Amino acid sequence: MLDDFFTRALIAGVGLALTTGPLGCFIVWRRMAYFGDTMAHSALLGVALAFFFEINVMIGVFTVAVLISGLLLLLQRRDSLSTDSLLGILSHSTLALGLVMVAFMTWIRVDLLGFLFGDILAVSKTDIAFIYGGGLAVLLVMMWLWRPLLAATVNEDVAKAEGLHPDFSRIVFMLLMAVVIAIAMKIVGILLITALLIIPAATARRLSTTPEQMAVFASLLGAVAVVAGLFGSLRFDTPSGPSIVVAALGVFILSLLPLHILLPSTARGR
Amino acid sequence: MPTGHIGPAPLPEPLIDMRNAGVFRSGRWLVRDIDLQLRRGEIVTLIGPNGSGKSTTAKMAIKVLKPDEGQVIHAPGLRIGYVPQKLAIDWTLPLSVERLITLTSPQKKQDIEHALEAVGIPHLAKAEMRHLSGGEFQRALLARAMVRKPDILVLDEPVQGVDFIGEAALYELIEKLRDTSHCGVLLISHDLHLVMAATDRVICLNGHICCSGTPKDVAASKEYAKLFGPRASGPLAIYEHHHDHTHLPDGRVRHADGSVTDHCHEHDGHHHDHTPTLKAGGKSTHA
Ligand SMILES: Nc1ncnc2c1ncn2[C@@H]1O[C@H](COP(=O)(O)OP(=O)(O)OP(=O)(O)O)[C@@H](O)[C@H]1O
Ligand SMILES: [Mg+2]
Repeated sequence: MLDDFFTRALIAGVGLALTTGPLGCFIVWRRMAYFGDTMAHSALLGVALAFFFEINVMIGVFTVAVLISGLLLLLQRRDSLSTDSLLGILSHSTLALGLVMVAFMTWIRVDLLGFLFGDILAVSKTDIAFIYGGGLAVLLVMMWLWRPLLAATVNEDVAKAEGLHPDFSRIVFMLLMAVVIAIAMKIVGILLITALLIIPAATARRLSTTPEQMAVFASLLGAVAVVAGLFGSLRFDTPSGPSIVVAALGVFILSLLPLHILLPSTARGR
Repeated sequence: MPTGHIGPAPLPEPLIDMRNAGVFRSGRWLVRDIDLQLRRGEIVTLIGPNGSGKSTTAKMAIKVLKPDEGQVIHAPGLRIGYVPQKLAIDWTLPLSVERLITLTSPQKKQDIEHALEAVGIPHLAKAEMRHLSGGEFQRALLARAMVRKPDILVLDEPVQGVDFIGEAALYELIEKLRDTSHCGVLLISHDLHLVMAATDRVICLNGHICCSGTPKDVAASKEYAKLFGPRASGPLAIYEHHHDHTHLPDGRVRHADGSVTDHCHEHDGHHHDHTPTLKAGGKSTHA
């Protein structure tokens, strides 16, 4: 039985997964998982600020994520602290700041668990519009910037020497990430966004022979995980974010099993 | 911007013009006072010991590094093909040789095939980069840089790890490219003997330009001898002691003529001097 809220969650979730596929691949290739985590954690600060200033939550989250990634880029430039420690400091302090601010604002009721772990009941029609609008924008920009992004991932110097402006691509990539974090929050929750980005991409790695193939597979595998996770969430009354991540993990483990022995040999290779 | 070159000599406009360029990092000048002009059809080679600033100079020449003093001027619309000294491809990225070649610009299938043929790995088009051997990897990088038909090729130790015959062949290929496509080449290399044969101009670096000129002039200069030791002067000197004898497992020595003795040279018994050698190949020391 597909209640109306559940259909909305499914539609939103699949749209999200299609977007996170290619982006997640870049996060895996560029070893930016921790960076993504830091941006995602800052989302709670965005939520708190959005409530405080009474603006749309997604816009609040996007803005704060952009600010945090800008701050990170700036701090990285002056090499006073290792990137690792910087990320650790920002990641946890923005999360803590967000939690404290939410606790202070006693006049509003905030479903904290919903923001942290996702809540399928909370997906509204506006959210779907944001997810598809934002997601489509992300995909279009990724297609437009695919070559420079990939070249900069392989070697920044080569990309720069051959006129592809890796600095520009890096900034755009941060913006895309901020968009995805903003639209992913309702479904998977702040704490698990990175997992939805990384696990399908890692699963797709074993199945792909080109970067483009890997991006497409990551999208499809992500969509499978989201659908399975949402059904699980509905069936077992578990929070949607963890359910989706568990489903993604399940697909990942399946891909590790030597299932290709069962497939006809034409399906592999090439 | 480089319009109206003033001066009597009607030299063609340089593709890259470095004027007094220098890079300052971590409280010191990595390189300084680099004056270098690179024109079409010219092969310029940077030589120098490790850490002498060759890669830094090359990166500055292609505007990957911004000079902290002086300036670097490019001809308008300059198309660069770059082979960096190091390139690590993360194993999570599935990248075939073919795909690597189209990394920064789309290429026709035919051109890709030609380039791979030219560098001697036509059979590896579909191979994954991370499965290639060191020499094959370098060949793929070279194919990628040349397939772009650049105005200038910047090659940072392009033949590292390439076998001896391949090395000579690749240098020949670089020369041929220069002749056919009339591009400029900025080459960094440690193989003095090969470089000296294939280069128009040599620039000897050690944080600054020690000496520069034709290979012959440079090889004869005092600065060059100081930098590389007496063994490097005269290209033949480098190979004097190579492969004229083999050390046998029991410690005796078999000479090229087949005779076997207790020492390498019967007369002096000990001939390995300890000036730094350019090639460390096949030497063993005596107990
Ligand atoms: N970003 C940096 N910050 C500080 N020092 C640097 C930086 N990059 C390079 N160096 C230093 O500058 C010097 C020149 O480096 P470079 O890579 O240009 O040498 P090289 O001549 O190419 O050496 P090799 O033959 O080993 O490749 C080295 O001593 C290196 O340690
Ligand atoms: Mg170097």
